[in-house]
Amino acid sequence: MSAALLEADGLHLRFGAVRALDDVALEIHPGEVVAIVGESGSGKSTLLRVLAGHMAAQAGRVLYRDAVGDAREIGALGEAAKRRLMRSEWGFVHQNARDGLRMGISAGGNIGERLMSAGTRNYAEIRAAAADWMARVEMDPARIDEAPRNFSGGMQQRLQIARCLVTQPRLVFMDEPTGGLDVSVQARLLDLIRGLVAELGLAVFFVTHDIAAARLLAHRIIVMRHGRIVEQGLADRVLDDPRHAYTQLLVASVLSA
Amino acid sequence: MRAAIRIEALAKGFTLHLQGGIGFQVLRDAALTVMPGECVALTGPSGAGKSTLMRCLQGNYGADAGHIWLHHRGADVDLAAADARLVREIRRETLGYVSQFLRVIPRVSARDVVAEPLLARGTPRAEAEARATALLTRLNLPPRLHGLPPATFSGGEQQRVNLARGFAPHYPILLLDEPTASLDAANREVVIGLITEAKARGAALVGIFHDIEVRDRVADRTRDILPLEDAA
Amino acid sequence: MNVIPPRNAPAPVRSPEGEARGRESAGQPVRSPEGEARGRESTGQDTAYNFAYLDEATKRMIRRAILKALAIPGHQIPFGTREMPLPYGWGTGGIQVTAAILGPRDVLKVIDQGADDTTNAVSIRAFFARIAGIATTTHTADATIIQTRHRIPERPLREGQVMVFQVPMPEPLFKLEPRLAETRRLHALGDYSLAQVKLYEDIAHQGEAGSAYNHPVMVGGRYLMSPSPIPGFDNPKLHNSPAIMLFGAGREKKIYAVPPYTTVESLDFDDHPFKPMRAPHACSACGSTTSYLDEIIADDQGGRIYVCSDTDHCGENQRR
Repeated sequence: MSAALLEADGLHLRFGAVRALDDVALEIHPGEVVAIVGESGSGKSTLLRVLAGHMAAQAGRVLYRDAVGDAREIGALGEAAKRRLMRSEWGFVHQNARDGLRMGISAGGNIGERLMSAGTRNYAEIRAAAADWMARVEMDPARIDEAPRNFSGGMQQRLQIARCLVTQPRLVFMDEPTGGLDVSVQARLLDLIRGLVAELGLAVFFVTHDIAAARLLAHRIIVMRHGRIVEQGLADRVLDDPRHAYTQLLVASVLSA
Repeated sequence: MRAAIRIEALAKGFTLHLQGGIGFQVLRDAALTVMPGECVALTGPSGAGKSTLMRCLQGNYGADAGHIWLHHRGADVDLAAADARLVREIRRETLGYVSQFLRVIPRVSARDVVAEPLLARGTPRAEAEARATALLTRLNLPPRLHGLPPATFSGGEQQRVNLARGFAPHYPILLLDEPTASLDAANREVVIGLITEAKARGAALVGIFHDIEVRDRVADRTRDILPLEDAA
Repeated sequence: MNVIPPRNAPAPVRSPEGEARGRESAGQPVRSPEGEARGRESTGQDTAYNFAYLDEATKRMIRRAILKALAIPGHQIPFGTREMPLPYGWGTGGIQVTAAILGPRDVLKVIDQGADDTTNAVSIRAFFARIAGIATTTHTADATIIQTRHRIPERPLREGQVMVFQVPMPEPLFKLEPRLAETRRLHALGDYSLAQVKLYEDIAHQGEAGSAYNHPVMVGGRYLMSPSPIPGFDNPKLHNSPAIMLFGAGREKKIYAVPPYTTVESLDFDDHPFKPMRAPHACSACGSTTSYLDEIIADDQGGRIYVCSDTDHCGENQRR
């Protein structure tokens, strides 16, 4: 078995009396899709932020194995190294596209930014890459010079995804990627993500309260409640053979069409 | 010759926390051995545990105790103790499963549903699509449906997509859950043909067949799964 | 040589008739032979003020900031801006820098948009002549300090000369990222993708870099700097210059600098290299086809003529 891409152990984080993370440990391997499910207040979003280096845990550590095989402790990384990592080997898709895009910059500029940040200085190359990625996320490349302000919510999300994937990250974090979108738009987005993940061999951590999305996309599911992981395992097993009371409740609560 | 499947002392029960925590045992001390080239049919009354055994064998249900030895990558691997990544690897390379119901993914065409496991095993796209098309054709799915997502297909059409997906990759072990349930006579014959070919290739098959005629034609032996005396 | 001698000291000895006539023009003071021998040393400074207006402690503070700025080319150094006798936005930063480095033997040139004779240039020059008693000039060649707004002289500078730029907004990223805490961080991390993105946007929407002036530059390969609102045409003059370049922003309280022979490169793309732009005409006054031109509307029909923006340069061309 290959070594884990990211592993976390002993994560603790409290906000006052509230245990947002209570002794959380997990890992993810290259090409694996892991869904973190739970209800509001479960700690899943906090967990994502800590894993992605946006927030520090009060105890425990997060280790990332980078492209050359070195294990890097995220909490100990300097700001410059962390930013470099976040722009190259990692991606983060926010729930609200506005948080992950520059709304006043064109689609091409948004996608090209990571390339420019990595040092690409050829305008034609940047533009071609941007157009290519727009097509891959099913956006019309002719809209490359338009600002995301004019795009629908689904398009903005797809632009966010393109923006993350342009530097071919190894690990992508997604925070409720389909939250707030219409159902048909969600379906399209999930399928797009599914295809891209398989095609690019991405490892993905995604947080969702949508069990159906978890079933569709995830290889493994982690169930959180009150800051603790109550159950985790193979996605179809967690959903079809839930052991923990809370998981059983979650699964039973899903409305099927 | 070594067994393809060896189930030893398998136990599986459920605890329904939402119903006050009542628990019941479905399998206790179950055993089964299947050799390559053999087809074993699970028989027994409804609710006795045939599907549960099948799902444990697929890794969908987690065993409480016991072993499920599968011959995978030249060695015997215990599916009951395997972690998620190993289970996925086993499902990708060794263990195929034709489920009773097709889980439909929006926007993915029937052909792509069938091609997907081939692609996951590294088969080039053109070849994967060709094999998918060939199987769908053999199963008499009209060509105009190959490029459509199966969401709107009839039960029988969806079942055929499922079958094609299960038989396309030539798994060494294949699990079949009611493979001919929604099919007409002609397609039942096709399925029987597919099973026979799989056996001839050395695949080990385990199936649940409600159609006795089909069962009798493909199964080398049956295995009765009886309800446990103290089952609820 | 067209050097204006130091201004006269006030209140020479007056005759009773002079007193009676009130304070009409004091006339030329009588100089002693020793005074003449001392040449142009400051004899005419208005002694009601400290030399060059600022107190010595303030000058030391500004000089420290300047030294630090020279040690870290392109990096903005905060300084304690003082109240100057002209409002923010009129060159208080530039004046403070000039005041801090001015010595009695300096010769000062002041230009505004390239011209020595605009109101501001004249006022600032007169200000320093009065409160420092130093010599002033309109000739680039003769100046030791050149304070400027919006232009660099056409004539190549030499070692020993100091350019002092008046800067309204020292932060090159301000329009893209208004939060100063964030821009500080970006500078610290050397993370200038935002500026590159802005350039990309300009080319995508306009076909070329959007800023005709104040085009950002990379200094010493490390810091992104605003060259002040000089036209892009002047950017190449910053590169590897023998002169010292000092930049003062009074309202924003920042000083930055480029020491001599420093690499200064305008931001661009490999396939869209930076091009200094000038109007494709010859100067109507001196015929130059290489200097930066001002466009002047000549008549009511919209007829226009083009004249060198650098008045000293134009004058020199005409004299040849």
